[in-house]
Amino acid sequence: MPGLNTAPNIANADDFYAALLALHEGHSKEESDAINARLILILANHIGDGEILKQALEAARKDMP
Amino acid sequence: MGKIFETPLYPYERSPDQDAGVPVRHPVVVIGAGPIGLGAAIDLAQQDIPVVVLDDNDKVSFGSRAICFAKRPLEILDRLGCGQPMVDKGEVWNTGKVFFDERQVYAFDLLAEEGHKRPAFINLQQYYFEEYMIHRLRELQAQGKPVELRGGNKVSAIGQHDDHVTLEIDTPEGPYNIEADWLIACDGANSPTRKMLGLDFVGRVFEDNFLIADVIMEADFPTERWFWFDPPFNRGQSALLHKQPDNVWRIDFQIGWDIERDEELKPENIDKRLRAMLGEDIRYELEWSSIYTFQCRRMEEFRKGRVLFAGDAAHQVSPFGARGANSGLQDTDNLAWKLKLVIEGKAPEALLDTYSAERVYGADENILNSTRSTDFITPKSEISRIFRNAVLDLAEEYEFARPLVNSGRLSVPCIYDGSALNGPDAPDLPRRTRTGAPAVDAPLADGWLIDRLGDRFQLLAINCEAPDVVEEGGIAIETLHLSATPEIVERYLGDAESAVYLLRPDQHVAARWTAFDEGAIRAALKTATAQGDA
Repeated sequence: MPGLNTAPNIANADDFYAALLALHEGHSKEESDAINARLILILANHIGDGEILKQALEAARKDMP
Repeated sequence: MGKIFETPLYPYERSPDQDAGVPVRHPVVVIGAGPIGLGAAIDLAQQDIPVVVLDDNDKVSFGSRAICFAKRPLEILDRLGCGQPMVDKGEVWNTGKVFFDERQVYAFDLLAEEGHKRPAFINLQQYYFEEYMIHRLRELQAQGKPVELRGGNKVSAIGQHDDHVTLEIDTPEGPYNIEADWLIACDGANSPTRKMLGLDFVGRVFEDNFLIADVIMEADFPTERWFWFDPPFNRGQSALLHKQPDNVWRIDFQIGWDIERDEELKPENIDKRLRAMLGEDIRYELEWSSIYTFQCRRMEEFRKGRVLFAGDAAHQVSPFGARGANSGLQDTDNLAWKLKLVIEGKAPEALLDTYSAERVYGADENILNSTRSTDFITPKSEISRIFRNAVLDLAEEYEFARPLVNSGRLSVPCIYDGSALNGPDAPDLPRRTRTGAPAVDAPLADGWLIDRLGDRFQLLAINCEAPDVVEEGGIAIETLHLSATPEIVERYLGDAESAVYLLRPDQHVAARWTAFDEGAIRAALKTATAQGDA
């Protein structure tokens, strides 16, 4: 069963990271929070698979209770 | 002439029980003449089980209160003989629209499928609903059916015994006592019966207030459910607009937790809210207003010895999703046939424990859905509001976000998956009519399938032979042969050659097979009446 891919998977990591920061540039904290929430929903829908989403939620929790 | 809810429909009358030397024993007493108590009484009376309904009031519901009635309860009402006047009077609706800020973000259609007698939903004021049920009860009385409705009868004390219950009742002419073999408490969310018996009612409190204004106005809004998140006329809160018969419009404003109740209910303050929403120049008459808060909670068990709890007395949900009255009618639908079999000595008392088990399962489903809707509508933290608004922002442009919008998950029938009463399932047959599910309606050559079902055990035989009647332990199972029309194939047969369904008196599937097997049917009937080997 394929699980959450935690191996490097983004072809040009630095480009993506820069694009992520650029997305937020010039926005207030409130606006950035809204952008982040939309982004999470868009990516989650793209993944779709409930088991992988569950693993992603767990991975995001890290060692917080 | 006054409003129907100002007219005493069952005024206090002296009963011979009040002059009896010793307390009179009744087979079944129902406390509460709301939709659920009346449903229980009609169901039992039309099957010749004597029933007495006690209510401290003598009128139907004051104000419209519950207004949305779903397809499954309408089918139950058809079985009770009072569905037609409700549908004739009610406003049928299928479309819901959701607005965020000043924009419509999406619209949904509830009923995509043809071939059902009843629509997905009607809107009808609770006072009409109760009035039509009282008409039905009077009709049964005229036919000589054993049912009594005693207004001005307030139960003040309940004594529990092994094989009966004692009731002390206050009336305008003083107190009297009666006894009941079985007591059904349908006395609402604040159930005095529950309190008198000291039973728990545990769950989650939601710190929010909602203002209902039911207004009579000529308006050209369509018959649709309109729901607003954070609209300009009610910033940071939600609002709902819904049509009822007689040009009555339900308007529901979320108004927050810290409010002054009396101030909010002043007509001039309600007027300000209405004009901000509908325009300065509207003309209307305020029929009813109310502020409500809500909780999502239930009793641990819906049976306590000889006392059975149904409707809001047993479980309470938020109004989002119309899961209150609609689930209460499914309670008595589940209870009446079981109680009848137990009273007639054809099934053990353990059958009544399955009433609790199945309806607790239903209540948990409703509480889960209603809690999730409430968390979406009234976010409890900054981050939950951020995600809620993100969903609404995306829903307008992207289809994927629309299923996440939750302005109420509307009542759908409960499927008793995993019930102890369930016999075998045949997984090759269509999933929607699996064991535990309510029968799905379909058109027949001479009417509707749903009208041919209920009040007895039945066998549906599709493409196979079966005897007209199978009898087991004094319980008759009648066979209904169905032709394999496209709807029957789609809903009951699937790719199988033939199918046999055992249906309970509440129209739920007790077991199903792909071929007739009399031994298996007899065993399933025993399981369905709590007489199995388990």
